[in-house]
Amino acid sequence: MDFSLGQDRQMLVDSLRRLLAAKAPFAARKDGAFEGSGWSRALWQDMADLGAIGAWFDESHGGYGGSPFDIAVVFGEIGRALLTGPYLAALQAGHVLAAAGQTDALAALIAGTSVVTYAEEEADTWFDPAAITTRATPTGAGWVLDGAKTVVAAAGSADRLVVVAQAPQGLTTFLVEAGAPGLTIRDYLLVDGGSAGDIGFAATPAVLIGTAGEAASVIEAARALALVALAWEAVAVMDVLRDHTLDYLRTRKQFGQAIGKFQALQHRMATLALEIEQARSAAINAADRASGPRTTRERAVSAAKVTIGKAGSLVAEEAIQVHGGIGMTWDLALSHYAKRLMMIGHELGDEDHHLARYIALGQDIIPA
Amino acid sequence: MDLTYSASEEAFRSEVRAFLAAHLPQRLSDKVRKDQHLTRAEQEEWHAILQTRGWLANHWPVDWGGTGWTVMERFIFETETALAHAPRILPFGVSMIGPVLLKYGSEAQKRHWLPRILNGTDWWCQGYSEPGAGSDLASLTTSAVREGDVYIVNGQKTWTTLAQHATMMFCLVRTATGGKRQDGISFLLIDMASPGIEVRPIKLLSGDCEVNAVFLTNVRVPVANLVGEENRGWTYAKYLLTYERTNIAGVGASMAALDELRAIARSRQRHGRPLAEDPQFAARLARTEIELENMQTTNLRVLVEAGAGAAPVAESSMLKIRGTEIRQQIDDLTRRAAGVHARPWLPEAFEGGWNGAPVGPDWAGPVATRYFNDRKLSIFGGSNEVQREIITKAILEL
Ligand SMILES: Cc1cc2nc3c(=O)[nH]c(=O)nc-3n(C[C@H](O)[C@H](O)[C@H](O)COP(=O)(O)OP(=O)(O)OC[C@H]3O[C@@H](n4cnc5c(N)ncnc54)[C@H](O)[C@@H]3O)c2cc1C
Repeated sequence: MDFSLGQDRQMLVDSLRRLLAAKAPFAARKDGAFEGSGWSRALWQDMADLGAIGAWFDESHGGYGGSPFDIAVVFGEIGRALLTGPYLAALQAGHVLAAAGQTDALAALIAGTSVVTYAEEEADTWFDPAAITTRATPTGAGWVLDGAKTVVAAAGSADRLVVVAQAPQGLTTFLVEAGAPGLTIRDYLLVDGGSAGDIGFAATPAVLIGTAGEAASVIEAARALALVALAWEAVAVMDVLRDHTLDYLRTRKQFGQAIGKFQALQHRMATLALEIEQARSAAINAADRASGPRTTRERAVSAAKVTIGKAGSLVAEEAIQVHGGIGMTWDLALSHYAKRLMMIGHELGDEDHHLARYIALGQDIIPA
Repeated sequence: MDLTYSASEEAFRSEVRAFLAAHLPQRLSDKVRKDQHLTRAEQEEWHAILQTRGWLANHWPVDWGGTGWTVMERFIFETETALAHAPRILPFGVSMIGPVLLKYGSEAQKRHWLPRILNGTDWWCQGYSEPGAGSDLASLTTSAVREGDVYIVNGQKTWTTLAQHATMMFCLVRTATGGKRQDGISFLLIDMASPGIEVRPIKLLSGDCEVNAVFLTNVRVPVANLVGEENRGWTYAKYLLTYERTNIAGVGASMAALDELRAIARSRQRHGRPLAEDPQFAARLARTEIELENMQTTNLRVLVEAGAGAAPVAESSMLKIRGTEIRQQIDDLTRRAAGVHARPWLPEAFEGGWNGAPVGPDWAGPVATRYFNDRKLSIFGGSNEVQREIITKAILEL
């Protein structure tokens, strides 16, 4: 067994870390994530130039990697830098494009010249694609969409959207250009920075990608990769929170000693460290099983989401608590990491959702 | 045992309800229910409404404008006002400096300051914490040096809640060094308009601006504004910290928040059924309900004991710990119930008069902000760790 990242991935990690340290320091991120669209297009291009987007796809799709572990390490660095922007959505959109053989659109995504976001979730779907109600109707010339999507990453600042809709044949994916007729977007900032938006479609022209009615397995596989990405991002955020908190325990003095001398706090930090290592293992498991058979893959990614959900709340809340008043402040990086970690719980289904899913998937493999 | 309210307590409860129905402006209760920020004028309006009825400083002695209520009546009042989504009574004047002056203030100080609390002339803030003195409050370093009939005060206070509105600050200062740290602290009343005071807002992670740093540079404070004796301030400060026990668990506010959460759980559908019927959400909700039900009785037991003259130290700390944890759990469940709709951040929606469309259900807008803001509950008022220290000291007797 070998739990090292390997030389190529380590090089990618090192260069991303350098880039983000130079161009996305916390001082700029703190307020920048809440101004305008809340994310930087220039930095997106830098990320693409370094191969951070290409790393999500294999060579047959024009990428430079494509292993779930390649995806994992990129999102680990995104987490460590608290980078905002529609990276997770682009990961999902890109894998839908790849599965559909949309070579040109994918090449533009990998090159960084076209930012593609992903519109699946609706107000009442709770991450169950079967509940999607956005309708796709064939016309003489192509297709049109009618319906609404909610909290779509960078809805108002992306170039294109991959949209999941119900066609007469069943779940189907489409490509829609920003600015298409009948497209309305209400953009807003997010609690943890960056932006998203609600989207309305009214006879909006859309290009079919893939085979009509056969998107279910494609979007599930893309989501599995996104869950791997989120798990690694979450673990990286937890690592930062733990390190900042340990530093604070060593330096903050009350009652004439470092507060880290208080056993009540020591034991809680020990528990945090333990939970983070369990979360890391869950994230590794998810990346490992993500190329496996469906049930194995889906159980592992749900297991990871359950684990980072539980560990994430604990780490975020304890990090703030142990800091005392200063942990509540906007100017401290820690509070932004804590917010990001809590909000990861609201992406792609929460821990309850994935626990139920893990149980349901297990019914297939538990002997009667 | 008899866990029912007496006939007179029931009658009192009806009286409070009738008063709220008649006098609590819906404009205010709507804002409280929606977690919108109250303006200074709105806060003062509610204080004035209560004062008109004689209920603002309800725990003060009757001679000074109080009500003579029993602890149980005060508990009922606090619960009913919270359930009605009334603004909370700001504690700094009525519940903090008021009781200190009543016990330790001079006759002249009482006569001057107490009526001004009741009629809203003064807005008080609490200047205890400093950057280096939080849990270890006795290590505070803001100094006051006497020169004739004034003290010259230099130093910095921090986390000062609503100091941006305050006209007065009660402040712990160091007047002696060398001996036991607690023995060199004095209790001063400082006019916030004094030259040399600068208030700088501290933005919280939730985006709220409710706390401040207060810088004091050669601020001149009349010696007449010293409470009690010089170097005895620690005693007064501690009295203030342990004074307000009836509402420490915030049971009423948690009951109101839980009512809202139950309504959300009934109306919010997930995968084709209300959250209230989702086994996992329902289990989380039920655990919180059970805790709160238990807490209510724990709280009443402590109140009955306190009413009989006991000073339940460990139990007060228990109320603070579990009461704040329950409130944080309710916030946590409300956040979970919002799903993806907890993510949008629309700070403008927290201001009154906002009539934009919500993203998702109309209750979802403030849930994340509320969740993050209420992390403070386990930090201030003596952190929950410090409360646990108090409990172990009281029970372990090592
Ligand atoms: C929103 C907000 C409003 C506030 N309003 C006011 C106000 O109006 N006026 C005012 O004076 N103050 C106010 N405070 C300050 C508050 O009282 C302090 O934050 C609190 O006393 C904790 O101090 P600290 O922040 O310095 O944390 P620290 O004392 O540095 O504590 C850091 C961590 O160490 C833990 N710790 C400390 N000592 C021990 C120990 N012996 N054993 C185990 N653990 C320990 C603490 O529990 C905490 O988790 C406010 C704070 C907040 C967050």
